[in-house]
Parts: sequence; structure tokens; C-alpha cells
Amino acid sequence: MSLARAPLSAKLGLFVVIFYVLVAVFGPFVSPHSQSEIVGGVWEPISSKFWLGTDNVGRDILSRMIFGTRTTLFIAFLATSLSFSWGILTGFFAAVSGGWIDQVLSRWVDLLMAFPTLIFALVVLSIVPINMTTLILVMAVLDSTRVFRIARALAADTAVLDFVEAARLRGESTLWIIFREILPNTLTPLIAEYGLRFSFAVLFLSSLSFLGLGVQPPAADWGGMVRDNSLGITFGRTASLIPAAALAILTVSVNFVVDWLLDKTSDIRNQG
Amino acid sequence: MSNLLTVKDLVIKAQVHHPGEKPVAVTIVDKVSFTLEKGKVLGLIGESGAGKSTIGLAALAYGRFGCTITGGEIILHEQDILKFRGDKLRQHRGGQVSYVAQSAAASFNPAHKLDDQIVEVAISKGAMGRTEALKYAKTLYKKLGLPNPETFGQRYPHQVSGGQLQRAMTAMALASKPDLIVFDEPTTALDVTTQIDVLAAIKDAIREFNTAALYISHDLAVVGQVADEIMVLRYGKMVEYGSTEQILYHPKEKYTQQLVAVRSVFKEEKPRTKAEPLLKVAKVTASYDGKVKVVKNLSLELEAGHTLAVVGESGSGKSTTARIIMGLLPPSDGEIFFEGKRLPPKLKQRSKELKRLIRMIYQMPDVAMNPRHTIRDIIGRPLTFFFGTRGKEREAKVIELLEQIEMGADYLNRFPAELSGGQKQRVCIARALASKPKLVICDEVTSALDPLVADGVLKLLMRLQKETNVSYLFITHDIATVRAISDSIAVMYQGELVEVGQKSKILSPPHPPYTELLLSSVPEMRMGWLEEAISGRRMEAAGN
Repeated sequence: MSLARAPLSAKLGLFVVIFYVLVAVFGPFVSPHSQSEIVGGVWEPISSKFWLGTDNVGRDILSRMIFGTRTTLFIAFLATSLSFSWGILTGFFAAVSGGWIDQVLSRWVDLLMAFPTLIFALVVLSIVPINMTTLILVMAVLDSTRVFRIARALAADTAVLDFVEAARLRGESTLWIIFREILPNTLTPLIAEYGLRFSFAVLFLSSLSFLGLGVQPPAADWGGMVRDNSLGITFGRTASLIPAAALAILTVSVNFVVDWLLDKTSDIRNQG
Repeated sequence: MSNLLTVKDLVIKAQVHHPGEKPVAVTIVDKVSFTLEKGKVLGLIGESGAGKSTIGLAALAYGRFGCTITGGEIILHEQDILKFRGDKLRQHRGGQVSYVAQSAAASFNPAHKLDDQIVEVAISKGAMGRTEALKYAKTLYKKLGLPNPETFGQRYPHQVSGGQLQRAMTAMALASKPDLIVFDEPTTALDVTTQIDVLAAIKDAIREFNTAALYISHDLAVVGQVADEIMVLRYGKMVEYGSTEQILYHPKEKYTQQLVAVRSVFKEEKPRTKAEPLLKVAKVTASYDGKVKVVKNLSLELEAGHTLAVVGESGSGKSTTARIIMGLLPPSDGEIFFEGKRLPPKLKQRSKELKRLIRMIYQMPDVAMNPRHTIRDIIGRPLTFFFGTRGKEREAKVIELLEQIEMGADYLNRFPAELSGGQKQRVCIARALASKPKLVICDEVTSALDPLVADGVLKLLMRLQKETNVSYLFITHDIATVRAISDSIAVMYQGELVEVGQKSKILSPPHPPYTELLLSSVPEMRMGWLEEAISGRRMEAAGN
């Protein structure tokens, strides 16, 4: 997989994603202010002192964007990784085992999916205390249902092939079949799916925060920042557009990278 | 008489995309020339990759995805069809030249009645109106020996048998009254007993309607029955081109001689001993849904170091027999004994030792190996799993096994996609033998291979049997293979055992009716066999 031959969109997307990750990891060390410090007036415009202006209570938007990137990406990354681990494990297990195990797992997932995700999350989050852990767990559980479906379908396609039967006849364990026979053959679509689900997780977290049930103030995150500053639109203040733009750019960039990865699926060395 | 079709110096190139490399243009048909008169049949023969289908499609001025016709001329009715564009090309395809594909089941639209699909081309090419076309279709059904020609076309594709569908496709090709029909392996997917009827129908129809035909096949014996002339192709190049008589009886080139020689493998039958059989299947009955019995009251015996061939056409229950013995389908009745002890019916109940001793080799080596594992891992895994062999010791054993299958250490790091079909099957054999089994079930292991490659694999299997005294339960539909390798034979038909016994007994008359039908349906490498076989039949094939 050579990056040099990748299309421009993929290069651009990859550049943006790497930039976001760098900001999330190292940004807070170079951030001009802390995320909760009030440093100026309300909704000050962009200036040499405040590069992105100030927000509804006079905090530096650049600093809050930097901290917000870290919070948003961190939660989305953990939630997606968790949902993938669960989803793949249960999905593969259902496909390989078949029978009643498959039925029970699949119907359980159907049950979870029957509720609109956002409403389900709002109900749960209004009962349990909202902190980083509960937020990640709720997002991961809800998202893992989608991963389950995809993983199960991919594994079901592979599980009927003769080499899986050959492994069974040899007496290999279910875990061997899942991790050594099936996983390598489904990895590429799953990686692409990971990218997509990650950008959905970012959007979902932002929606929750926008509704007040996500990241709690004074911690900064993009969805919360859009909400805090949304009233400013009426006064011609653009502060809420900055986190919104950050969201849009990340989502588009991730999709660019995923498209390229999926294109590459047919081109991998051992797929002839 | 002037030539209907003249192909001159045809060159076809394809973009080949080797994994990890830049695409390169490869010549898949190299300067092939031939002529065809009206009413004559030219057989194109060769193994996979010989370019025969590509030439056939070129007669429709069509190149498959990634293929381009880069040189030469194809002249039909004194016009170069490669220069046709737009409407003229559309008129040519299906109008002047039509095509019969290998898989009729995949070529018909399951949502439309046969009549509608068969007359569609004739109407759209303006050859005739709908009423006339339907009437003509009925004549064709009758000529092709289809049952109830008046109402046959009212059925949907899934309501007729495979052999009938293939004939319906021939009717579709004939419906627009073309000058030339391209038959692309029309009988390859059919059972031998059905193939013979379709072959006869095609031959009669070509004679009757005086069309010319290109008949593409990998089976020289089949082509010999219908073709007036034969062209032998290999790697896109012409090897030999002559009359059917010359090719079958006086082949000049070495490659053609090899093709004519059918099987160079032959095993002397081992006599039965008094020893306890290694495998004994006693009155086994099994079904998938609890209602329809796929295997009924089956009894077999196989001695150590012997080969038992299980023969039958599709649906005879031979692959199910393999699944029962492997423990994938527990029988509803009857028992299986291995080395004198009762074999647990379910795979889960069997010990690791039993799994080590009974192994299986599959028909399609492409899907029998994990495409993401290297040859080292594929052959090495049973060594680690059953014997706990690791590290350098395992590496040495894998190389030893690779040498046994006439490959070498160079292949260790390769992936299955980087091997040829024959090599893949050899690796599967090595994987099965790595655990030192006593019984190997071979499920149609040579069916997906070209004849000469299959020969090599059979030779290998027999050599390994001599060296290791392993027993084979050899499942196949191919009588030539059975003749070549078996000690004893079991003939199955619709889930039941027709007869079982030593090879010499089963293959010499008198036969029960089904065995006779099966044996007499195997195309022989001589002219006039088809007519003799059809006239000498006593039993109807099930596919009709």
C-alpha cells in the first residue's frame, strides 16, 4: 500500500487526521491559556491576542479548541475501540458458532437497535452519573451493535469456506478459527469500517454534548462549544462555527482516507 | 464453397495485474488463424488459460473485461467485424453470431419465463415477429428433444433440469437464425449421463439448421464427437490444427499426443485380504432435514493401503458420504467403524487422535487454504497442532513435506494465490499427510484441474500411498480417474449403493442398468462414439 500513489483526497485526508491527532496529543502543552480561564470580554473578535476570538464568557477559543480536540478524539477513540473489540468478538462468535448462540446474540442486538440511538443514550445518561467512563461505555455499547452486524456478516461469508471447515476438522478451537482463520480475511473492510464508526462517534459525542448530556463543563469539547456559542449567531458572532467547522473537516477527511482504504482492498498482495 | 468465417492473425492482449506490481499487457491469444465453412463445426481445445474462450468471444467482436483485440482480422460474410461499431455491432451480436455459455443456470433470468427470454433476441434483431418467433421456438424445442414442446416455454428456468436448461439455451442461440454459434463448454457443468443427450441434441441441431459453430471445450473426447475440424491451443498459441480424424488418430505434436493418451496413470488392483478393514460403513442412513434421506442404507469397506472410489453423478450422495465419515453429518441410522472400533458419529465426540488419523482433501484448493496464510503456516499448522513440533524442527519437516510433493523450500513464504492450480492441490495433499493419517478422504480432488495437471496429482497420490500405506476414499464423478487409481469401486445413485466390489468386477460386464448407463456415457476418444452410445442405451438419464 503505497501512499505516494494514493489519490490527492486521501493524502489531504490523512494530513488532516494526523494534524488533529498531533493537536490532541501535544496541543495542550503549547496552548496559550487553560480551557476554563476567563481572559477577555464576551465574543471578542479574532485578533492577534486571541487568534480565534473569545467565547460567550470570555474564554480563549483557540485554547478551548485545543483541549476540546483532545477530549473529543480521546472519548471517540476509546469508545470506537471498545465497540470494535466487543462487536467483532461477539459477531465472529455468533457467525462461527451458529445455532442458538447466534440467535440469542443477534436478537439481543436487534433489541438494542430497536431504540433510536440518541434517545437511548439520553435516557441512560439521565439515569447514571455522567462522567468520562459512563459516556465511553454507553457510546461503545450502542455502537457495538452496528459493528456486530458487520462483523457477523463478514465472518458468515468466510466461515462457509473450505479452509474454515478444514480447521474445524483438524479440531481447532473457536478462538483459533476466529483470530487466525477469519480475522485476517476480514481485516481490510473492518479497518475501513473503524474509520467510519470513529467519525460517527465524534458526531455522536458532539450531539450528546450539544444536548448537555455529554462532556460536562467547564471541560471543553466541540459539541459543547457549539452549544455555548450558538446564541452568538443571532448577534452576528461566528464563535460557534469554529468547532462546527472542525467537526465537518474531520468527518470529511476520515471519509477520504476510508474510501482510499476500501479501494485498496482488491489490491492487496495475497488477494491475487 | 466460400468461407463463412475467416480469422487471420488474431492477437488479443490483456492487462494483467500481478499483486504488488504495475499492470502489464500480456498476449493471451497470439496470431491465431483459421477458417470455417457454412455448416461445419470447429472444435477449440486446450487447458485453462489457452485462450479458447477469448477466441470464441472475439467472434462476437467482444473482448472480456481487461482484454483488447489488438491485431488481426475476423471476417464474416466478407466484412471485418472488428470494424463494426454502434448499431451494426449490435445487429451482429446475437443476430449473425450467437453464444451458448457454460452455465445455463447463471445465464437465464430466473424472473422470466423461458419463452420470453428465448424469443427476445429474435424479435429485437428484427428477424421475426413475436407470434412467428414463438412458433419457431416450439420447432426448436422439438428438434432439441425437449419434453412437451408446446408448453415447455411456459416454465421458469428453475422448473427445468440442468440438461434441459442447457438445451433451452441452445434454442435461444438458434432462435435468431444466426450464421455462427459459439458454444463455450456447453456440457462441462453437466453430469456425464446428461451430457450425452445435450451433446446429441446440439449435434443434430447444427446439422439440421446448417449453421456453423465454434465448439470450445477442454475435453478432447467431447469435441471429437461434434467437430469436423479441431484446433489445439496452448498458452494462446496454436499447437495443431487439422481434421478431427487427423487429431484423434494421427496427432503430430507431442502436446496433442499427450491429450489423446487420456490417462498415463494406472494402478494394478490390490487383491482383498482377510484383514480387518480400516474403515467399515455399516448400513448408514442420513438426511439434512430429517425427512429426505440423502444417503440410504449404505455399506462400504476399505482396507489399509487401499483405494476405494465412490462414483456417481451430482445428487448421488457421494459428498454426503464424505461428510458422514468426517463427522460433519451424524447419521440417523447405522454405524461406522474405524480400525475395528465404533467411530463416534459427531466430530465433537471424536478424540484428537481420531481427527489426526482421518483427514480430508477438498475439490477446490483455492478455498481450501486460508489466502492470508503462507505455505509454511498451512503445512506447518497440523505439525504443531498434532505433534507439538515447533521452530527449526518444524521448518525442516515442512521442507521435507514440500519435497515429497515435488516442490521445495522456495515456496515457504508464498501465499496460495501465488501458486498454480496443481501446486495448490499438492500443498493441500501435504497438509493432509502432515499429520500422518491412515485414511484420507479425497473429494473430487482432480475435478477442478486440467487433465495433464490432474494426472500429475494422481501420480503423486499413488506414490504417497505406496510410501505411507495410507488409504484413500476417493470421491469422483470421473470414470477415467476411477479406472486409473482404484482398488475397489462403489457406484451410487440417488443416495443408494448400486453396487460395490473390486475394480475388475465392477468394470467388466454384466452391469446393473445404472452402472452400464454411467460407463457407456463416458465419452471415448474416437469418432462415432456418440451415435453408438445413444443407440445402445437401455436406461434414461435422470436429468431428462
